[in-house]
Amino acid sequence: MAEQLSWKVGGQQGEGIESTGEIFSMALNRLGYYLYGYRHFSSRIKGGHTNNKIRVSTKKVSAVADDLDILVAFDQETIDVNYHELHANGIIIADAKFNPLKPEDTEAAFYDVPFTELATELGTSLMKNMVAVGATCAVINLDVSVFLGVVEEIFGRKGETVVQKNMEAIQQGYNYMKEQLEGGTSHLQLPPADGQKRMFMIGNDAIALGALAAGVRLMAAYPITPASEIMEYLIKKLPKVGGTVIQTEDEIAAATMAIGANYGGIRSFTASAGPGLSLMMEAIGLSGMTEIPLVVVDTQRGGPSTGLPTKQEQSDLMAMIYGTHGEIPKVVIAPGTAEEGFYDTVEAFNIAEEYQVPVILLSDLQLSLGKHTVEPLDYSKVEIRRGKLVKDGIEPREDKSYFKRYEVTEDGISPRVIPGVSGGIHHVTGVEHDETGKPSESPANRKAQMDKRMRKIDQLSNVFPNPVYKNAEHENADLLLIGFNSTGGAIEEAMKRLEADGLKVNHARIRLVHPFPTEEIVPLIQSAKNVAVVENNATGQLASIIKMNAGFPQKIKSILKYDGNPFQPHHIVESSKELIY
Amino acid sequence: MATTATATFKDFRNNVKPNWCPGCGDFSVQAAIQRAAANVGLTPEKLAVISGIGCSGRISGYINSYGLHGIHGRALPIAQGVKMANKDLTVIASGGDGDGFAIGMGHTIHAMRRNIDITYIVMDNQIYGLTKGQTSPRSAAGFKTKSTPLGSIEQTLSPMQLAVTTGATFVAQSFSTDLKDLTAIIEAGINHKGFSLINVFSPCVTYNKVNTYDWFKENLTKLSTIEGYDPADRQAAMNTLMQHDDLVTGIIYQDTDRPSYQDLVEGYGQAPLSEAELNLSEEAFGELVKEFM
Repeated sequence: MAEQLSWKVGGQQGEGIESTGEIFSMALNRLGYYLYGYRHFSSRIKGGHTNNKIRVSTKKVSAVADDLDILVAFDQETIDVNYHELHANGIIIADAKFNPLKPEDTEAAFYDVPFTELATELGTSLMKNMVAVGATCAVINLDVSVFLGVVEEIFGRKGETVVQKNMEAIQQGYNYMKEQLEGGTSHLQLPPADGQKRMFMIGNDAIALGALAAGVRLMAAYPITPASEIMEYLIKKLPKVGGTVIQTEDEIAAATMAIGANYGGIRSFTASAGPGLSLMMEAIGLSGMTEIPLVVVDTQRGGPSTGLPTKQEQSDLMAMIYGTHGEIPKVVIAPGTAEEGFYDTVEAFNIAEEYQVPVILLSDLQLSLGKHTVEPLDYSKVEIRRGKLVKDGIEPREDKSYFKRYEVTEDGISPRVIPGVSGGIHHVTGVEHDETGKPSESPANRKAQMDKRMRKIDQLSNVFPNPVYKNAEHENADLLLIGFNSTGGAIEEAMKRLEADGLKVNHARIRLVHPFPTEEIVPLIQSAKNVAVVENNATGQLASIIKMNAGFPQKIKSILKYDGNPFQPHHIVESSKELIY
Repeated sequence: MATTATATFKDFRNNVKPNWCPGCGDFSVQAAIQRAAANVGLTPEKLAVISGIGCSGRISGYINSYGLHGIHGRALPIAQGVKMANKDLTVIASGGDGDGFAIGMGHTIHAMRRNIDITYIVMDNQIYGLTKGQTSPRSAAGFKTKSTPLGSIEQTLSPMQLAVTTGATFVAQSFSTDLKDLTAIIEAGINHKGFSLINVFSPCVTYNKVNTYDWFKENLTKLSTIEGYDPADRQAAMNTLMQHDDLVTGIIYQDTDRPSYQDLVEGYGQAPLSEAELNLSEEAFGELVKEFM
């Protein structure tokens, strides 16, 4: 029996590769397996190699696997590009239609199966994906009946015949493969799962669900990879609570419309990726200066410019912390899992309103688009806190003096009255202003207002629960690995392997990247012999942030990857050993 | 929450002295907004004036109402967000020709298409004033400024023709000295159910020595003097604008049939969203979660 299994399906984009993976993983999810999927795709609709790699286990898995057990190929390119991942007793199942060639230097078993032919005989070549799913079932000894529910869900509205045909295609693939299989495949068979129902979702789903749970009523957004799923989910759900999504003309409109809506008294946000965030920087400054809450999700992808729009990277960090001219209080939160993506999104809205600041919720492509099993979300943990929001009860004033919206207070946070409220009239401007919002260039006022806004920063470093995720049992670790966002899964697996080699390894994942939780991280760095910051960028941005805040310029080393693909555990193991020895 | 007493235009005056040059056309626009707000029965706390950047952008600070002076060119998306949050507010967006027709032109076009029920008042002086005299998209060809010392070689933009073709449901133009006419047009804009664009010729006495008060008086034609002019006739609106080189005042075009954006949004709340209870029920959340299983 295998402890876990890695399965990959590949072909040309637009051939249904995604749905093959989707059907396969949905069925396994319902059986109670833990899954972690990652799609390799290109910024085009038709053509170009695409693949969907899905890791299946009876235990939680949080990283893209190093190797591969089963490769399902719809074209030769899929074999040529991916076979090197297969281990010696892995298996290639290829569509006979393209006369697949087995690479010379692989020990993996090789089968050509007439996916297209069998599907065509059943009525349409479109069902070749189902034949491939059936063939996989034969290899891993999975009863095809588990697919019935999934197929019914997907094709049910097309009628009973379509459902039957698709099930038949799965069965035929299964039968054909069973006859061909030589030797046992027990090493590719998983122990039964617990049958527990768990959520299976992409990080963007979790973020969108978090926004809904946080009470969002308006999302203003412009489509972009890899953020669009957030707006696509919410346009289906927001009308049910009276709200909506507005697809704006650009990202500047998205951010400023969200600011307008927050000023108007609701929770509103936007989501984008690097190019959109670059356009939003002036608006983020407006939010900071006018103390209007704003939440912006940045799903990082390969930069700079259009960069690698469909590939993993973590190179927006510095821009998110320091972007916008001038100085404002700002918060940057970096969830590492879909669960954190949900809870952190709720918290982002709370912090934005309580502290009246812009909050960036930083994600990355691997987290945003990778589909994984998610532990149950606890709605009782969702708390909505709106801070010093004033909706009524203001004493009327006889003169026309303005409400002190920017009153200088000890904690730097002033009462925030929304338009429509009697007695609350004040001015709001991105120009430096006095306590009532009227423009003022007086040096004393400038300092008082600047100090007031900056006082919020001191509290912000203490406001976020568990700013650093720690898996740090060793008092004197040989190695401390630090990362953020989605790299945590690969780091955890690398740790286990390094520990099996006799090393003591700690892991710290930064969840609040700004203001930086210096006090949390310093003792861990101090007590470790070696420190490596693992990140998907070329310049070691997180390492720089840590050095800037915590020091240790000589001790902190970097493990970097910026080729567009996520870290696999072996990358971190190999680089760690190079650093230590 | 709201006071029910009716307000007069004086209630919309605050105690801030505008920093506009003496003789600036914007003073009259400020007065017209204050009068129109009182005439349509608003109280100051029910009005939100959202403005851009530039001399005219300061107007939100000169009216006793809620006001937001944002960033250059972005008054419209901010104003649309405010209106979406609280449909009970009257939202006026305002700014200059640079704000609305240069840096913010993308938003202007899409605000017209979207048709959210706000009123956009542009103070059009055909020049950049606050930056001390550079060309604007509204400057005439050949117009000499600090940035076009040999005269502008670009075509003048026609916001009115653009609005009529873009699907705007209320397109009007006025002249700042004509306070009565301007006030009436702003009232009509506020009362219009949808997006209203009001372009106001508001001369810059400091930097524009061509498009002066006298120049406008000489060249403008009131639509009310054109016999049988019907603002519901889109084709006639285009023809009239082209015949008069856009130099007309009055309601140029109005479509009273098309519902506003908020009337068309599926499921959009009947009560202002700003009054909504934010928590979901445990049950509703459970349903959402189940969809991912």
